[in-house]
Amino acid sequence: MHPDWLWRNPSPKWSYDVVIVGAGGHGLATAYYLAREHGITNVVVLEKGWLAGGNMARNTTIIRSNYLWDESAAIYEHAMKLWEGLSDELDYDILFSQRGVLNLAHTLGDVREGVRRVNANRLNGVDAEWLTPEQVAEFCPIVDVSPDVRYPVLGATLQPRGGIAKHDHVAWAYARAADRLGVDLVQGCEVTGFVRDGDRVVGVNTSRGPIRAGAVALASAGHSSVLASLAGLRLPIQSHPLQALVSELLEPVHPCVVMSNHVHVYVSQAHKGELVLGAGIDPFNSYAQRGSVHVVEHQLAAALELFPVFGHAHVLRTWAGIVDTSPDASPIVGPTPVPGLYVNCGWGTGGFKATPASGWVYAHTIAHGEPHELNRPFGLDRFTTGALVDEHGAAAVAH
Amino acid sequence: MRLPAGGRIDRNAPLTFSVDGVTHTGYRGDTLASAMLAHGVLAGPSIHFGRPRGIVAAGVEEPNALVQVGPEPMLPATTVELTDGLDARTLAGRGRLVAPNDGYYDKTHAHCDVLVVGGGRAGLAAAVEAGRSGARVVLADEQPELGGSLLSAPDTWEWLDTVVAELASFPETRVLTRATVFGYYDHNYLSIAQRRPGGGRLWHVRAGRVVLATGAHERPLVFAGNDRPGVMLAGAVRTYLNRYAVRPGQRAVVCTTNDSAYATALDLLESGAEVLVADVRPEPPALAGVVASAGGSVRSGTVVAGTDGTPRVASVLLRGPDGRTETVHCDLVAVSGGWNPVVHLHSQAGGTLRYDESLAAFVPDASRQACVSVGSANGELDPVHALWTVPAEDGAWDTHFVDPQRDATVADVLRATGAGMRSAEHVKRYTTIGTAHDQGKTGGVATLGVLAEALGAGTPGPTTFRPPYTPVPFALLAGRDRGALHDPARVTPIHSWHVARGAQFENVGQWRRPWYYPLPGETMTEAVLRECRAAREGVGVQDASTLGKIELVGPDAGEFLNRMYTNAFAKLPVGTARYGMMCTADGMVFDDGVVLRLARDRYLATTTTGNAAAVLDHFEEWLQTEWPDLRVYCTSVTEQWATIAVVGPLSGRVVGALGAELPPSFMSFVDTTVRGVPARIARISFSGELAYEVNVAGWHGLAVWEAVMAAGEEFGITPYGTETMHVLRAEKGYPIVGQDTDGTVTPLDLGMDWIVSKRKSFVGRRSLRRPDTARPDRKQLVGLLPVDPDALLPEGAQLVAPGTPLDPPVPMIGHVTSSYRSAALGRTFALALLRSGRDRLGQVVHAPLSDRTIEATVTEPVFYDPEGTRRDG
Amino acid sequence: MLLIPCPWCGPRDEVEFSYGGAADVAYPPDPDALSDAEWGEYVFVRDNPRGPFAERWVHTAGCRRWFRAVRDTATHEFLEAP
Repeated sequence: MHPDWLWRNPSPKWSYDVVIVGAGGHGLATAYYLAREHGITNVVVLEKGWLAGGNMARNTTIIRSNYLWDESAAIYEHAMKLWEGLSDELDYDILFSQRGVLNLAHTLGDVREGVRRVNANRLNGVDAEWLTPEQVAEFCPIVDVSPDVRYPVLGATLQPRGGIAKHDHVAWAYARAADRLGVDLVQGCEVTGFVRDGDRVVGVNTSRGPIRAGAVALASAGHSSVLASLAGLRLPIQSHPLQALVSELLEPVHPCVVMSNHVHVYVSQAHKGELVLGAGIDPFNSYAQRGSVHVVEHQLAAALELFPVFGHAHVLRTWAGIVDTSPDASPIVGPTPVPGLYVNCGWGTGGFKATPASGWVYAHTIAHGEPHELNRPFGLDRFTTGALVDEHGAAAVAH
Repeated sequence: MRLPAGGRIDRNAPLTFSVDGVTHTGYRGDTLASAMLAHGVLAGPSIHFGRPRGIVAAGVEEPNALVQVGPEPMLPATTVELTDGLDARTLAGRGRLVAPNDGYYDKTHAHCDVLVVGGGRAGLAAAVEAGRSGARVVLADEQPELGGSLLSAPDTWEWLDTVVAELASFPETRVLTRATVFGYYDHNYLSIAQRRPGGGRLWHVRAGRVVLATGAHERPLVFAGNDRPGVMLAGAVRTYLNRYAVRPGQRAVVCTTNDSAYATALDLLESGAEVLVADVRPEPPALAGVVASAGGSVRSGTVVAGTDGTPRVASVLLRGPDGRTETVHCDLVAVSGGWNPVVHLHSQAGGTLRYDESLAAFVPDASRQACVSVGSANGELDPVHALWTVPAEDGAWDTHFVDPQRDATVADVLRATGAGMRSAEHVKRYTTIGTAHDQGKTGGVATLGVLAEALGAGTPGPTTFRPPYTPVPFALLAGRDRGALHDPARVTPIHSWHVARGAQFENVGQWRRPWYYPLPGETMTEAVLRECRAAREGVGVQDASTLGKIELVGPDAGEFLNRMYTNAFAKLPVGTARYGMMCTADGMVFDDGVVLRLARDRYLATTTTGNAAAVLDHFEEWLQTEWPDLRVYCTSVTEQWATIAVVGPLSGRVVGALGAELPPSFMSFVDTTVRGVPARIARISFSGELAYEVNVAGWHGLAVWEAVMAAGEEFGITPYGTETMHVLRAEKGYPIVGQDTDGTVTPLDLGMDWIVSKRKSFVGRRSLRRPDTARPDRKQLVGLLPVDPDALLPEGAQLVAPGTPLDPPVPMIGHVTSSYRSAALGRTFALALLRSGRDRLGQVVHAPLSDRTIEATVTEPVFYDPEGTRRDG
Repeated sequence: MLLIPCPWCGPRDEVEFSYGGAADVAYPPDPDALSDAEWGEYVFVRDNPRGPFAERWVHTAGCRRWFRAVRDTATHEFLEAP
């Protein structure tokens, strides 16, 4: 149940210490941690539409931290630890359910990659186990582990602490907490340009007039390139539709989260009872929040391969978000070549799970003018030096 | 109760069915809902509060009466055709998944000039008009028979029969019934779910133009206790009366904001019911007199302000224009809050909506695709007196249901606005209104109206609709792409032999490749050791047909290969072969393989099995988009050739026994014949042993394989699979792209400096001198020999420096990419990517596992025959 | 399911094509002459506009030809290629 009071609906002031563009999960978390961790409360979060109405409202709410590379494991595990205390910290039940995330292996290559990731995770302090097909069937009895399917399940990684949370609750919890600390949340206010003083960004022009800012921080996944281009900044980002769907409400049938890179599906059952499924991204660039139906058909064929019992379920609603994809499937969080302008983008299909850590390191970066150790590897400079954090191998359909 | 006459049911076809274990009878032509209503059967209770609920609507918009029919959950009883023996269970908002779906679902495609969605009055008119013009027409309707709302109006049935007959006479018109157009996608692409016996069919239609004749959904009124069984939509009551000959009540109160409910009132009167019309409009319409003369009464300016009765409605509280209230006994409340044009598909197609004050509803505004809305769907409806909420006498709002399926009331909306919510999307999410099975078909606009009222806003804000229009079975969308048809399985011409020989297979891309060939009673380890020994000591044979093969033809083929590969090919002599490697523009290893020069202007490039298509695409992309001036054609010939690798010190004798000419030297090839079959034989080795690769046309593959086996029999020729191939190549330190590399490894990291030309440019070269890519302490390919020669390092084991404390996060310096037991070495060994690996040769590293730590010595990655003497036999 | 105008085969369903991202990004004539930043820009950075976008497709399951098209990324409408 949601609280009786969430947030004010103030008019924007003419000046703030920090203007955050985008009231999605990352923007709201950034505002909260700026206020809470760094005492910076003269902050506004500007939202073109309605608060948390972009990808935050469209994702499949999977949370895990079992990433391959040290840099990724560190930031996602930081997020996991924040998730684990978040309901208490924000005094709002975000319905974080650590029911376990399985990543299925269907080829010998998948097995190798999975074992590698389990070993790396453990040494990085991320809980991880390797399951045999029999153990997969025990953990999630509805997965078909028989050898008869086209790509039989050869095993799986399991992160027991992984799971799901309720996206709206997360966004509203951060929003309420930020609002209480004095942050202004302004909806229906579109950023149309930047106010410059020489090279420096010193504010934004909006559909409700100009607003001065000590720093401007983009947190506008899906539209990062569009906003950055208003400041003359080109980002190594491409925008693609990412589709997902839910079934009607069903009695509990699926106890955990199952992801399969090879057959391209990921699925969990939400608290209310609907099955929530996602697939790979549509290949073409788009800002239209609509994808192609054959992607959904392929996704459901994959789902029925793995979960025969889903055969009688119905698709109740499909939708698409716009994801920022980066060349190495890793985010970009940090300062930009434009003084006064910070960017947080490129989380691709996996931004929801990172929400707390993304906000936490971004707030640190804005407060100190330089990145925290956790997000230092995720700067724009890596595309010049070649020091990519390439999660493609492990994240073909990551989320 | 069932009326003695009338309706479109077939009284000569009685059907038996059961609901929650109680048996009833109905007729062919009934829906489950009409048959339930005929027997006074209620819907399941509400999801949270367990409130009794009844059937409200007669179509897909039904918010309450969800049932489970056998294994199929969450079907609105209003959409289930009654069949004999049908066994339904009412649901409280949640269904059960209990069994796989063995139904038959398929997919088909259609193209047409005009797709008409909806077979009601407007849709039929449009389809006939289009059909007469000779256009290719598809008319799709969700009901078992055409007619839409006309099926509830007996005086139109004659016209209906005429039109349906005319449609049937058009050769280019296709009529789909039981076919719901559920999705409207880009470029006039629409999806139709058609229910068929034992399954369904998914139609994909690309339409020139689309006519949306999707009708309208009536919306309820929001008063206290509006969810009591017996409160129904007025239009639905008329449908049950006229189409199914079911009268849902004897004493009816009809409460309306518009003229449409008067038809219901009149039909109720004609069926013998008592009728009182409470018209919220202050002035009586002309129809009031008709009702009065038929024996009913009409009160203007009057609303239903509350209901009573358990579990069904037994009375309503009427409030007149003077505010005075009166209790009226009744067993049916037929309500009409107005009609919402079904704009779902228009909106899905990217069209915008406009709020129509006179209808208090959203109507289509601009279309973004080639479509037009007609009839009710376009707002051709009776004007209404907008009435979003009726206050209760006690001022409470907690039984004013806006979304009965979510048990959500006006009180919930007010709580949301009180919490600071301003956006309809927020309110929906806060209250969960509109998220249930009916997706707000009846309650959605009412919610917006209630919200506008609560916020003091003038008119409701618009909303958007997403596919599907009504729920679609997973199995329908999956279609036949399941099981063996989920993804094509590619097999070589020799596959049947492998199967007969008892090979175990692995999936490599779409290919099924022999993994190893166990003898009876043999474990995989034993089989692989035996296969390896045969290849090293005698002769082994592998089906290598899955390797990708691309022919590059043209005078600039050599120059093109020079640009694509890290090493040079332009000066490769005809009749010889060379191993090559390719990088992405990012400088990372992309693929590798041997390239043969067949003629001055002709090369054959081989690729890894899994990457063949990607390499061809890569070639074509660079050729066509960057260097169209180069005269080169690329052709995939992977499936044209069968490739048989004959490997081992005795391989020459086997191939020689086939009567073929043998290539003169390592990395050369000859075009010859094998048993009369044209063959290309190359001296190529992925094992370090003397080896011959026999290539023949695919259709000769099996025969030549069998000939090789026969010729090799006296030498103990042993077929081997991918696992043995991996061991043999790892003993030689040959990396496998995708196993020993992962997209972050350069040729230099692999220790293959020799393959990176310094004299020519190639794709990715510039990346190699970026600061990070040129770092000396990158991860490099090395060999590992476990200190315990029997200890097998798991592939994927992480490596740490000795003495590293194992408290997370533990600094890792690399990982094991390949690891095997070697027959030739008589011990285990591994390949690894190790930070500064080449500086650690001779040092010991640790692989900490969950239950133990394996120590291993870092070595050169070449374990076997480092001088390369064995390749010549 | 987009309907994509192949200049050689006519309009065909999206599933027959593969996407090639932004068009009009030429391979540098002399990569060695570029700074690390310039090279990184070439390899990784592409325009990503909301609105008309010049992009590349290849008719993989058809004529296998690459071509350039202009499509509005906000509406998916193919425009006349300038």
